[in-house]
Parts: sequence; C-alpha cells; structure tokens
Amino acid sequence: MLTVENVSKHFGGLVALDHVSLAVHAGEIFGLIGPNGAGKTTLFNVITALYEPDSGGVRLRTQMLSGRKPHEVVQHGLARTFQNIRLFANMTALENVMVGRHVRTNAGVFGAILRDRATRAEEQATTRRAQELLDYVGIGRHAHQLARNMAYGDQRRLEIARALATDPVVLALDEPAAGMNPSETESLMTLLSRLRADGVTILLIEHDMRLVMGLCDRVLVLDYGKKIAEGAPAVVRGDARVIEAYLGSVPT
Amino acid sequence: MPASWRRRWQHLRHDRRAALLAWLVMAVVLVLLPFVTGGLLGRSWVRIVDFALLYIMLALGLNIVVGYAGLLDLGYIAFYAVGAYLYALLASPQFGLHWPVWAILPLGAMLAAGFGVLLGAPTLKLRGDYLAIVTLGFGEIIRIFLTNLNAPINITNGPQGVSLIDPIAIGGFSLGETQSLLGITLPSTYTYYYLFLALSLAIVFISIRLQDSRIGRAWVAIREDEVAAAAMGINTRNVKLLAFAMGASFAGVSGGLFAGFQGFISPESFTLFESIIVLCMIVLGGMGNIAGVVLGALLITIFPEALRYLGDVQQWLFGHVLVDPNDLRLLVFGLALVLVMIFRPAGLLPSVRRRREFSADESVLSQEQASLYDTRR
Repeated sequence: MLTVENVSKHFGGLVALDHVSLAVHAGEIFGLIGPNGAGKTTLFNVITALYEPDSGGVRLRTQMLSGRKPHEVVQHGLARTFQNIRLFANMTALENVMVGRHVRTNAGVFGAILRDRATRAEEQATTRRAQELLDYVGIGRHAHQLARNMAYGDQRRLEIARALATDPVVLALDEPAAGMNPSETESLMTLLSRLRADGVTILLIEHDMRLVMGLCDRVLVLDYGKKIAEGAPAVVRGDARVIEAYLGSVPT
Repeated sequence: MPASWRRRWQHLRHDRRAALLAWLVMAVVLVLLPFVTGGLLGRSWVRIVDFALLYIMLALGLNIVVGYAGLLDLGYIAFYAVGAYLYALLASPQFGLHWPVWAILPLGAMLAAGFGVLLGAPTLKLRGDYLAIVTLGFGEIIRIFLTNLNAPINITNGPQGVSLIDPIAIGGFSLGETQSLLGITLPSTYTYYYLFLALSLAIVFISIRLQDSRIGRAWVAIREDEVAAAAMGINTRNVKLLAFAMGASFAGVSGGLFAGFQGFISPESFTLFESIIVLCMIVLGGMGNIAGVVLGALLITIFPEALRYLGDVQQWLFGHVLVDPNDLRLLVFGLALVLVMIFRPAGLLPSVRRRREFSADESVLSQEQASLYDTRR
C-alpha cells in the first residue's frame, strides 16, 4: 500500500534519516517507534511531502508521492495528524472537519456566490458527513464548540476526524496518544481498531508501548535515523538493539 | 443589560416579522438618505456619502484579502488605480474612446483580478511583515508606472492624469447631469448615490455568500494554520491567489466608478496613504466582520469631513477660531484612531473570531500552544 524506498534526509550536517525503507500493507496498523530525535516525525514529513527527501522516494500504491505538494498527497489518499495538535483553533469542531472535506468537494467562487442547487447539495452533504465523522470518533456532541476550548483528548480525536474527512486510504497518526491517561488511551485503541476494521490502513508514531504492543500488526524501530529492527511487536520488543536504544547498554 | 431585556432582544432577533420590519425601515432610510442629507447638511455631504460608498466597496474587497485569508496587503490601492485608469482610458478624450459603463466595469474587475494574481503570485511563500513590504512595493510600483507611462507613447498622461472622463451613463441617462424623475429633481450626486448603493449592496451580498462557503472556510483555514491547511488537502497557492483576485476585482469596480464620478484621475489619488487608510477602515471597523468593515469605512470617510466644522465649533465655544481646523482635523482623527486601538483593539464591531483572538486569555493560550517544532518546507 505505502512504500518508503531508501529515503535519506539531511539537515546540513545532521543526518535525520539514513536510507530508511518500509512497506505498509493494506489494512494493517503499522507502528513507527524509537527514541525521541530518531527521525520518526521527519519520516512522516517526508511521506506527506512537507519535506523533500535527499534520496529515495515514497510511493502510495502505484503513485509516487515524493516530489509532490502536500495537498496532492492528500488528494491521492494519505492524510495525517500532527504531533503537536494543529487544529484550526478559532473554528468549531464541525468547521474543522468540514475543511477536511475541501479536497473531495469542488464548489468554487461562482458556486459560493450563486448557491445553485448543486452547491447547496454539496454544502449539506459536507455538513452531514462532518457530523457523522464527529460522531464516529466520539465527539459528536461538541460539534459547535471551538476547537481551542475542547478538552485535550477531544482535540486529538477531532484531528483524527478531520483527517478522516479527506477520505484517506492511509492515515498517518503522529503520537495520537500523547498526553492521554490510560483510559483515554484505551478508547483511542478502540477507535483505531474500528478504523482498521473499516478498511483504513494506519501508520502511527507512538511512545506508548501498551498501545503499540496491543494494536500494531507490525512495527519498525528507528534510532538516529536508521532502521534497527522491524517485525511483529512481540519480536521487536525482545531485540537487543531495540532494548539498548531505549534503555541504554548494560554497564559492565 | 438586565436579563429580561436580553431575553427580549434574543426573542426579537429571531422574530421574522420584526426582521422584515427592520429590513423595510432600512430600505426606506437608504432610499431617502440623499434627500435627507442634502436637505439638512447640503449637497456637498451627499458627495461625501458617495465617496463613503466607494470606500465601502474597497474596504470589503480588502476584507477578503486581509480579513478572511489573513494576507496583509499594503498595496491594495493599486487595483483601485487599475480599475480607474481602465475606465479613464476607455471613456475619455485620451484615446477618443467612449465605451459604455456596463462594458468597462466587468473588464475593470477582470483586469484588476488579473493584476491581483500577478501581484499575489510572488508573495505566496512570504508571511506577515515580508508579505506586507512586498505588496507595499508592488502598490508603489503600479503608481510610479502610471505616472511614467506618458513617454514614448502617451498612455496615461503621466502626472497630469486623465481629465474630461465621461460621466457614467445608464441607458441614455447621464449621471453627470441633474435628472428629473417623476417630478423629483435628482442632482448628479443623488443619482450616483443610487448606483453606488446598488453596487455596494451587491458586494456586501457577495461577501456574505463567500464567508459561508467552501472557499470561505479554506481562507480561514489558511489564516489559522497554513501548514495544517495544506496538510488537509487545500491547494494553498490557488486559494490565496483567489483571495487576491476577488479582493482586487472589487477594487477594480470601485475604481471604474470613481473615475466616472470624479471625471478626473491622477496618480496622486493612488498613494500608499490610501492603501493604509483602507486598511485602517477594516482594522478599526472590525476585520472579517462585514458590518464592522462597512462601519469602519463610513466612519473614516465621514469623521474627517465632519471635523471640518471644528472651526464653527470653536466659534461657538470661544467666539473665535483658536486653531486652524485643517490642522486640527488630522490631529483629532489620529487621536481617535489611537483611542480605538487602546479601548477596542479588535475593532469597533469585531467578528466573533477576531474578538476571541484578541482576548487576554487567548494571547497567553496561543503562546502556550505555539511550539518550537514547526514543519516547514
């Protein structure tokens, strides 16, 4: 579904990504883990075309994603959320999700001014779908609340709803459980399982091991921009190099 | 406000018949305005109202660029100039052309929109201050261009400007002359008032429609967080250019009307100061809120004119004029601007969003939420 082929990215002398390759299969939940500064979000930014890789490429199904603009990536079916929530703070939850529908609708200036039947139908469909998505992620009752006034956990859900509004085939989530307490993490895991069951492929960055172990079909571990392990979570957990990266080497 | 009054107001807001009555009253006021103003204050005041309407159109156009899309444009008056000069060149002795207004205005709108795209395109990667300076530069470039386009071929007649511009004529009805309709005398300023009012209402209507639409949401999204907007599939380049184009087109229409109305234009009418005045109108009035922008345009056009009477006020108060009203005007005007910025920094009638953006809690919150980690290309 999504392949990252030999991607490298430098920032001056700093090697953020060093020949990283991975393949996410359709319908799975793929975890990207590693210490802070390992290059996980950088990889996300390369995948979603916010950065251009210095070498290598990213492919979604048959489409090359690298070299495109961020909005084209969304058009092809890859949507993301951000590590530090980037909602449209002064818009309501409903409006935020409606913005997500932008890429799948096409009313222009004339439609806006004339409000012909097609445009009105599209607006109604957009509003309905947005409310549906809010209900799906569990914050339907907060539809008219301002994004910046929402509880943290709800904001994270809203970001997911907004990304879902773009009708993605792959959803890239950057630390969706960051800052959540165990019960919130539990509900998030339920939501993500539901998404998987509904056919959405998920690529996620996470630090919360319970979520990673409990939910991911496969994981990849990054450290200093390099892949150090890949495979089923239970296997990766026992890998010596992974333990060393997270916990440090055993003092002699 | 006591709770019972508030409830009654809420009730009234949603009462259909009350709304209809309010609309009716407003319509009557607008229709009778020139006669009342002309009768009470004199015909020169109707001319001031006409200019206020032109500025309302300008302010609403800039409102799309700055208020909706959040693109700080300091060279906006260039589009007004484009519209005005197009009208002047197509309806004056300059080239001997005398095209009708219904042909020139749409052309002016489109030409101005084209310039909007032209001026907007190089600014797309710029933010905030840099965007402001570059647009300021473009505004000045257009003005200097128009001042110098008189050699080797005389197109714009340079610093002398273009005069003897045809007044606007609708269906043989020239708005430049006093007309008589159903026994009522309509001096030229009155007939221009109705034309400008009609077009202003059209532009208000378009602004309202744009606000609550897919494009309007895209503009707000870009203003709120451009990176997130792009990450949600919005083609930020096209949407920003659309904002420039739409805003410019309003200025193009207003400029054409200005040329026909005044009969004479020169580059002096399109200075940086004018761009800034239009910006003041929307900042003071309430950026993003159509009613606020209209109010801002009205106040900033009318207030300095009203201040001309400071000579009379001083006569009445002190028996003689202490300070030349012309000097006092700008001082008082400046003072008024400063006071509004101190006590109502979000504008007199801010949009609900803008008022939130300015609340004290919000600035603390936004600083908390701003993070070092920002993804940029």
